[in-house]
Amino acid sequence: MSQEQYSYKTPESLLVEVADIAAPYRDRPEMLMKVITRVQKIVPAFSEEVARVIAREMDITLTQVYSFVTFYAMLSVKPRGKYIIRMCKSAPCHVRGAREVVKAVEDQLGISMGETTPDGRFTLEYCPCLGLCDSSPALMINDRAYGNLNPQSARDLIKRYIREDVE
Amino acid sequence: MIHLTIDHQPVCVEEGTTILEAARKANISIPTLCYHEDQQVKAVCRICVVEVEGMAQLPTACSTPAAEGMVVHTASPKVLKARKNILSLIFARHPQNCLACQKSGQCELQKVAQDVGIYKPATFDLELRATPDDNSSPSVRRNHQKCILCMRCVDVCEKIQGLHVMDKENRGFHSIVTTPYGKKLVDTNCVNCGQCIQACPTGALTIQDDRENIYHEMEKGKVLVVQVAPSVRVNLAEALGEAPGTVSTGRLVTALKRLGFRYVFDSDFSADLTIMEEGTELLRRLKGEGPLPMITSCCPAWVKYCETYAPDYTKHLSTAKSPQQMFGALIKTCFAEKEKVDPESICSVSIMPCTAKKFECKRPELADSGYQDVDYALTVQELARLIQTAGICFADLPDTPFDDPFGLGSGAGLIFGATGGVMEAALRTVHTVVTGRPMEKLEYLPVRGFEGIKSAEVDLDGTVVKVAVAHGLKNAKLLLDEIKAGKSEYHFIEIMACPGGCIGGGGNAPRTWKKVEARKKAIYEAEKELPVRQSHENPAIKWIYDNYLGEPNSHLAHKLLHTTYRNRQDLLR
Repeated sequence: MSQEQYSYKTPESLLVEVADIAAPYRDRPEMLMKVITRVQKIVPAFSEEVARVIAREMDITLTQVYSFVTFYAMLSVKPRGKYIIRMCKSAPCHVRGAREVVKAVEDQLGISMGETTPDGRFTLEYCPCLGLCDSSPALMINDRAYGNLNPQSARDLIKRYIREDVE
Repeated sequence: MIHLTIDHQPVCVEEGTTILEAARKANISIPTLCYHEDQQVKAVCRICVVEVEGMAQLPTACSTPAAEGMVVHTASPKVLKARKNILSLIFARHPQNCLACQKSGQCELQKVAQDVGIYKPATFDLELRATPDDNSSPSVRRNHQKCILCMRCVDVCEKIQGLHVMDKENRGFHSIVTTPYGKKLVDTNCVNCGQCIQACPTGALTIQDDRENIYHEMEKGKVLVVQVAPSVRVNLAEALGEAPGTVSTGRLVTALKRLGFRYVFDSDFSADLTIMEEGTELLRRLKGEGPLPMITSCCPAWVKYCETYAPDYTKHLSTAKSPQQMFGALIKTCFAEKEKVDPESICSVSIMPCTAKKFECKRPELADSGYQDVDYALTVQELARLIQTAGICFADLPDTPFDDPFGLGSGAGLIFGATGGVMEAALRTVHTVVTGRPMEKLEYLPVRGFEGIKSAEVDLDGTVVKVAVAHGLKNAKLLLDEIKAGKSEYHFIEIMACPGGCIGGGGNAPRTWKKVEARKKAIYEAEKELPVRQSHENPAIKWIYDNYLGEPNSHLAHKLLHTTYRNRQDLLR
């Protein structure tokens, strides 16, 4: 990735909160997952500033935090939309028509896989198996799962999110 | 002891030995890529798979321990088929224009491909990474397409140097070994030591090549003046295919002369000069002029490390320049005046075992002669390629001595090449200056060897000087942390960034500890035979102080031979 893709700022006040979360785990690198999951709840993305604060407070390297964050599909170094649509990428979903569902959602939102809509509301990405093979093809929007999709039902689902017709 | 059979040969090994080690013991070679004998076993490349009777799958030889009664086949048709498949998969992500690669001929992947033989057409479509090359660093070039994700560079950078500049990004097919947040190498905490280049089995990490620049300067008709670092004489022959630890001082000078270098000088001389300046500075600091402990500043990777991680403690670094830069400053002043050569027309080159020297010679403050003191630093590897390109048969060359006036170095200067050498050389001179007599035995063994941190106490007729020697930046950090905490009990510390010192430097032929051990032995053997073994007894040193510099730490010496340090902490922000 080129460096320009990371050119966004995280507010100072958030960085202070991040430091408070990470500081108790100094010299305990095995607690990185715990710190990361807690930090994820308050920051839009693991920007370089956020990663540096975690690295500094836990006394580990920046590279370690970065490598860790990029490994997991649920974590991101780039800001993502309000709604993150995670399309299951495993074989059962694929044979049951995931590709058509993806195409329908991409067309509806006007973005491709891995992109975010310009208004910052939707991010579309693949993720490893959701474990919903019995109701494949499946996807998740934030922390809700939806199964047994076809192009039409997927479009209807996204429409509800566009209208904010979800509780 | 464990008894097993490998390729129908009975082999007897100790418990805990892997199949790979057992096979090597029986002179059976199993191809490897991610395996490195100095590093932890990673078992990620899978090329070393073997067949073990009774096991359903093919285990990797590097990570499977040998067991009693095991029957192993390292080259059965099943194994060979698997290896070819693995290679095809690696080559589906690796460019195949080997001839255009700097590593061609030295590439481990190329060697394995030749040995295993993949002569059938490619099974998979070529899908290269789109990540652009990174040529920002003055020392290291990165090509992501050629990376096979063996993780050897990450291992050495994290575990030996403690820097962790690069690691894996993403996972699965999208994995790539890179710096965090897409940074260029020059914007990271990389200290240019080049140990990652040493570890890299392919052309993914290579030395920033200055050979073309040398040809360019020759075409312009510049007077080429070259200095040769102490450790180069035990490393060059190895880079040209001879046994590790072959000393080639005379042949080296002949080769440089034939390549078109007008004057060939010995950095042992400027190493002696460093001892005079640094030794005098140490004595002054021991009298209370300046902070203790004093730390050596010969290693440019260490200096950058200190400037980045401990900018407030650079006052502990000796202000003396490294031997390379002292020589550079003298070539364009003293030498130019003496030989009546216009310094403008001099191209000052150094032959170094080190990639960080390329960074050092580009530091803007190192231009006290009025010009950039050293124009190009070539590594041993680059010189070896220059010699090959010129068609010089290195093995049969006659010996030539170094040129006057800077061709004479003492044994103290020569041992700069190994860890502990600067310390030993300094102690020899300091002992004589303080007590008025040389050390009883010039070989000072407590600072020799490859222990991470060595320490000793030297009694100078009542004044006890405590010294420490560290190599590898992870060890250096321990000493630095002591200083930061105000707990350091030492007076003088030597630090070299590369494990083993310059003989294990990033610009040499690929290292293993065994090879570095042979180089170390060679350098100490060669030192014993030199007529002058103490820096202050070197006639060339006496000459330059009498005729040019005055005395150690004089005004002119300070102008030409000492430097300042800067704060690079922003690289960590």
